[in-house]
Amino acid sequence: MSRIVGIDLGTTNSLVAYVDDKTGLPRVIPDREGQPLLPSIVSFARDGVLVGAAAKRQLVRRPESTIYSVKRLMGRGFEDVKDELCYLPFKVLPCEGIVKIQVEGREVTPPEVSAIVLKSLKERAEAHFGEPIEKAVVTVPAYFNDSQRQATKDAGRIAGLDVVRIVNEPTAASLAYGLQRIKEGLIAVYDLGGGTFDISILRVKDGIFEVLATNGNTHLGGDDFDRAIVLALLDDIREKHGVYIGRDQEAMQELRLAAEAAKVRLSADDRTALTIPFDGFTYHREITRAELEGLIGRLVDSTLGPCRMALADAGLAPADIDEVVLVGGSTRVPLVRRRVQELFGKTPHSQLNPDEVVALGAAVQAQILAGGITDMLLLDVTPLSLGIETLGGIVSVLIPRNTTIPTSAREMFTTSVDGQHVVDMHVVQGERELAKDCRSLARFELSGIDPMPAGMPKIEVVFLIDANGILNVTATELRSQKAAAIEVKPTYGLSEADVERMVEDSFTYAEADVEARLLIETRNEADTVITHVERALAQGRRLIGDEEHAAILAALTALKDARGSTDRDRIREATTAMNHATEHLAELMMDAALKGALASRRADEIMEK
Amino acid sequence: MSGKRVDHFEVFGLPRRLGLDAAELQRKFYELSRRVHPDFHQGAPPERQAEILDASARLNAAYRALRDPLARIEYLVRLEEGRDTREGATVKPKAPPELLEEMFEIQEALQEAKSGGLEADAKETLSAQRNRLRERYDQEESRLRGPLSQAWDAAGPDERAAALTAFKESLAVRAYLRTVIDDIDEALGGSQEGYVSHRRH
Repeated sequence: MSRIVGIDLGTTNSLVAYVDDKTGLPRVIPDREGQPLLPSIVSFARDGVLVGAAAKRQLVRRPESTIYSVKRLMGRGFEDVKDELCYLPFKVLPCEGIVKIQVEGREVTPPEVSAIVLKSLKERAEAHFGEPIEKAVVTVPAYFNDSQRQATKDAGRIAGLDVVRIVNEPTAASLAYGLQRIKEGLIAVYDLGGGTFDISILRVKDGIFEVLATNGNTHLGGDDFDRAIVLALLDDIREKHGVYIGRDQEAMQELRLAAEAAKVRLSADDRTALTIPFDGFTYHREITRAELEGLIGRLVDSTLGPCRMALADAGLAPADIDEVVLVGGSTRVPLVRRRVQELFGKTPHSQLNPDEVVALGAAVQAQILAGGITDMLLLDVTPLSLGIETLGGIVSVLIPRNTTIPTSAREMFTTSVDGQHVVDMHVVQGERELAKDCRSLARFELSGIDPMPAGMPKIEVVFLIDANGILNVTATELRSQKAAAIEVKPTYGLSEADVERMVEDSFTYAEADVEARLLIETRNEADTVITHVERALAQGRRLIGDEEHAAILAALTALKDARGSTDRDRIREATTAMNHATEHLAELMMDAALKGALASRRADEIMEK
Repeated sequence: MSGKRVDHFEVFGLPRRLGLDAAELQRKFYELSRRVHPDFHQGAPPERQAEILDASARLNAAYRALRDPLARIEYLVRLEEGRDTREGATVKPKAPPELLEEMFEIQEALQEAKSGGLEADAKETLSAQRNRLRERYDQEESRLRGPLSQAWDAAGPDERAAALTAFKESLAVRAYLRTVIDDIDEALGGSQEGYVSHRRH
């Protein structure tokens, strides 16, 4: 069997891993610079596509063409995401059930954007092994519904990968822990990532990893923490500087990145400072861990309800859990750890790097599928109940949530009118009684039924959820034993023809080759410096003498000239010269900003007294 | 495809008895999972893979139906009545005769809650009634799991119909109590923790 890699396609970062044949242990494949994490960011430009760290550097400069957190849009309709679109700098449009993103005069779907990230990881693995990689296990949040899973599979196909298995992230993590640390007991995996939250309860025994229950929220994660900080800072900036920068996309990206960085620092430190140079002013403030916790407390607490529900579904109390495992970068936040510890009454495990553990587990599952591991077996569940809409819009549940997969249910259908030859069914997923409150998965049309009096045809429909958690439907007319033709109209998702076309189109979005990418990056860096210098001159001209001013202008002209050429070294030298020419000005401006900040704080203190 | 299909008891090689050793069932489930899980048959030809998928799906459905004593009873009733196509139980809820009067009161209070809101003392009464109903609900489940299940296992061929009727009556009462308790929960605003588990399918 050919090699299968494990891929964690995350909201913020993605990774690829494999199981080392010699040690039998999973390992993450780093990029050329030794970085294991690939930021899940894609930046579209006229002359190519940038992925990962290169794309991340474009967030501030080209916010409308740089797509991040696309996982939050996977398999979703416009109605699902419209409330959060105001936070995204790129343009998201509704399009026949799904959404599309408008970039550089084109429209791309979320699976196409994810495919670019997957392709980059595929190439990373190919460079590592020196052979083509065509198969992968890809992880998704356990609480992902059918459409979101299907969208992930589509992304794989567009990237030229056969996704041999979709695995749930918390269960993948349990496999990684199981291989190295936990051999038996009841385990709770608490997985809080960049955009999604999952809780899974498992029983591990004799190499079997049986998921008992899972719950979560596919729209809750570190992104939401950042958002809470940004909203508070926006208010603070308005108060201190009298401006509202919420509509300036570049400024908002600066602010978001600064908020994220401050959040990360506050996991280790009790307080931290933010200094952000904006157009016309420099914003400076301190933020304490206690303040951060005040901002995100409600969000963290909202993860506890799903934990209790998963426990109840598993028929367990918090005290029954033997081990708690933390997964996902957001579990580094001390408040999250504290809340989890309080709920379960025990110190959670985090020995395996929470950013890498899901990819490591995906690699273990890949090795199981490849036949390389035979003593471990994962028995996962479907996170949401599957049902059909019946008379009056009521849902009749066919497969309850937390049923071990694969699983199937059979249901008999018949006609209600004489000679009727078509029967429709509406399949939904969710826990609500009314179909309109659940997630619509698809409408199925059974056709080719021989004309008979009403109620005579007996059509047996089998609903099968496979090991990926994806629904397959087949139908048989029992009298004739004829397979009935089914036409599937997925409510949210791409049609087969769409995916085919995207596979063909995918070369259009190929990552720029190394030389081209470096040129794009060098140019973009030059652009960033140019913008900053122009901004600094407008703001700090009075701080420097005429001679220094003239020298800066000369360097600026030289850099603008160099930027137009294709000579990377020349652009870089001009950029360095530019930075050098403005060093003194930058120092002067920073001093002025700090003095200003101190002065305003003193004023605050006086006011308080 | 249809017709002679093995039932959930047969999947585990068990007779149609309700007394089951949970640990033994789990051990067998794990053992059979190792045999038929698709993960271990990735290299097999497509036809074999389809068979494995089907076998694995049946095993999982069988384990789900049998591992919980109450789900096991519901399944047995469907099986004995030849209705094995549906996962969800369809027992028509029926009020326990000795509680008819109290139910009338409760329904009135629930109506009131719907149209306007309840006074504090009415809420208290309703909450106390809910606690009694929960007790009654737990009693009904113990009866199903205990004496009624034992009666089925001990029944000779001509006593089975009676045992089955007893199950159906008890399940109907349980379903009724569940609905009323849920309605009260809703009227009083949110269920108490720990009782969510009863909503399990």
